[in-house]
Amino acid sequence: MKKDIILAGVGGQGILSIAACIGMAALEENLFLKQAEVHGMSQRGGAVQSNLRISSEPVASDLIPEGKADIILAVEPMESLRYLPMLDKNGWVITSINPFINIPDYPSMESLMKEIWNQPKYITLDADLMAKACGSVKAANMVVLGAATPFLDLKIESIQNAIKAIFGRKGEDIVQLNLDALKAGRDHALKQL
Amino acid sequence: MQKLLLLGDEAIAQGAIDAGMSGIYAYPGTPSTEIMEYVQSSKDAKENGIRALWSANEKTAMESALGMSYAGKRAMVCMKHVGLNVAADAFVNAAITGANGGLVVVAADDPSMHSSQNEQDSRFYGKFSLVPILEPANQQQAYDMVHYAFQLSEDFRIPVLLRITTRLAHSRTGVQRAAMRKQNELKLPDNLRQFVLLPSIARKQYRELLGKQEQLEAASAKSGFNRLIDGKNKKTGIIACGLAYNYLMENFTDQKLEAPLLCIGQYPVPLDMVNKLYESCEEILVLEDGYPMLEELLKGMLNKGKKIKGRLDGTLPRDGELTPGIVGTAFGQKIEKGKQTPELVKNRPPKLCDGCSHNDAFLALNDAILEYGRGRVFSDIGCYTLSALEPLEAINSCVDMGASITMAIGAADAGLVPAVAAIGDSTFTHSGITGLLDAVNNNSPITVLILDNSTTGMTGGQASSAYGKIDSIVRGLGVPEEHIKVLKPLRKYHDENVAIMREELAYQGVSVIIPRRECIQTLSRKLRQKAKVKALDV
Ligand SMILES: Cc1ncc(C[n+]2csc(CCOP(=O)(O)OP(=O)(O)O)c2C)c(N)n1
Repeated sequence: MKKDIILAGVGGQGILSIAACIGMAALEENLFLKQAEVHGMSQRGGAVQSNLRISSEPVASDLIPEGKADIILAVEPMESLRYLPMLDKNGWVITSINPFINIPDYPSMESLMKEIWNQPKYITLDADLMAKACGSVKAANMVVLGAATPFLDLKIESIQNAIKAIFGRKGEDIVQLNLDALKAGRDHALKQL
Repeated sequence: MQKLLLLGDEAIAQGAIDAGMSGIYAYPGTPSTEIMEYVQSSKDAKENGIRALWSANEKTAMESALGMSYAGKRAMVCMKHVGLNVAADAFVNAAITGANGGLVVVAADDPSMHSSQNEQDSRFYGKFSLVPILEPANQQQAYDMVHYAFQLSEDFRIPVLLRITTRLAHSRTGVQRAAMRKQNELKLPDNLRQFVLLPSIARKQYRELLGKQEQLEAASAKSGFNRLIDGKNKKTGIIACGLAYNYLMENFTDQKLEAPLLCIGQYPVPLDMVNKLYESCEEILVLEDGYPMLEELLKGMLNKGKKIKGRLDGTLPRDGELTPGIVGTAFGQKIEKGKQTPELVKNRPPKLCDGCSHNDAFLALNDAILEYGRGRVFSDIGCYTLSALEPLEAINSCVDMGASITMAIGAADAGLVPAVAAIGDSTFTHSGITGLLDAVNNNSPITVLILDNSTTGMTGGQASSAYGKIDSIVRGLGVPEEHIKVLKPLRKYHDENVAIMREELAYQGVSVIIPRRECIQTLSRKLRQKAKVKALDV
């Protein structure tokens, strides 16, 4: 088993929480894992990405080789396309369709969606709306993670346990919110398959 | 013991805690910051009374660590690569004094300049100073090397340089801890003149340092961090330094590497191993995540030996960090990239946060300076450097920490009057104070903005040494009271603030304006914490 995942978004959108959940779940299943994070300069509203590698064998490089990623998991639609050179021919683009517009030349939603729907394998979802339905837009990143769960080769229980461990400090309500968000995203993806 | 999921930085911190370190000294800087932060929040560190506070800059940090080593205890000092420039005087001379308690210096390099002004390779500092260098290939090795480094430092009474790069620092993986070691007792150096670098003593000490080199090389051959692995295809021998090894192996997951391979993790490099590889192969490929240091040494000035491939002959790019793809290409492997990034994807550069105080300060400065024309604002390093970009385009320089005030002095001397300096609060106490003293003694016609957001913002909001002290420091340096202006950078005070700046720009001497409003990030973090405490109260 080996999954190479590019997490993409804008600084402050919570891609590191997604990485932490997948990482902890992988550890629970005794898998090897490397996760290259982005700190520093680009966290200030810039484009950020993280390389997450999980495998049943030891992982050599902290960086995913170009053209070898299995999944691009994005919390922002334009960012889902930035790292296409990293994606395997058979890879999946899984992304929220909620734009984060902080530049003047952001493309039109129409052209953006056309480009995403042009990819051979994709799942798009209105993560903000689904998170709101669960109780708070803040859980949008967990909706996106949920949509990726059918492709991760990890037990859903492991990911749920990770959410409980990571959000446990913040109280029962927050844990439930994130679990609900995870389920909403997962159900959506399973329906699209 | 279960493995811990740690960043490379955190593995180093945990390693130091477990190796019986008594104190850690650092100034923040990406990608090194998380080492100190981890120790600061570690329960083990607290229980063992490990001293862990930020220093004013890398030089003060290096010297404090040297002082702890003098007193016989183990100390670590951490910085980003350019921080070693600031600490260089102390670092180079500490090689001559040598250590007493174990002394480990961590320098975090940033090839590809993800968050830096340059991509200098700290190994050159280690070589220049004649101290041993350790260069881990992964997070586990980083952890193990810290234990080894303290021991090596005490065995040879010498500071040890641990050189890492961004990818290792900021990548997380499982790390196995070793047994915890007790801290050293207070113990003075056997020779109370060891640290007195008067020429007569320094000459002797330097000869001693030179004398240690052979044994240090022998230690490199013995430690297991340098490994020569034979291979049956003798065409190209490979030297892989530090984490270049991982990128190499990534290209050989489905096939066996048949080339002889020398992995380097410790310097000085054992000549025997290099020679064996060189003699057995037709050519050598050197993989270094940094400058082509070994490559250049191997090649020599005249390059008359066997073919040496690497960054200097175009086999690898001359600059930037290595990747699995770049290393694969060096082997003639075909890299099948995915699709190109579609053109509609636009750059999304970092920018000042919404509500950032720097934004309001520079909006006012832009208006105030209008009558003199653009191109006269010397700035420094911090979040405020982002004001160089659109839409503000407010500043004209960013070179090294502290250079704003001093460059303004020189420019004013050349006739660019008024010249303006813009410097953050943390940068001011890092290395702006001496420059301001020069300006006062020079009576330079410059206006200095000390942008006080009460934190070290760019690196994530660490405590600023300047907190609560700026006004009195400025006064103490001799800036006249009537030319020290504190203002609140908010949109609603814009006109007022512009008027104050105009007045000071017109003054033919040193004036200091202090726009003061807390960083929006640290403020909202505090508010969130307060809300949480309240929720607990009910
Ligand atoms: C010699 C050196 N040390 C550390 C750094 C990393 N660094 C860049 S900016 C910065 C913080 C500056 O803080 P401050 O001046 O208060 O400005 P702010 O980011 O808060 O606006 C640091 C630590 C560096 N570039 N050079």
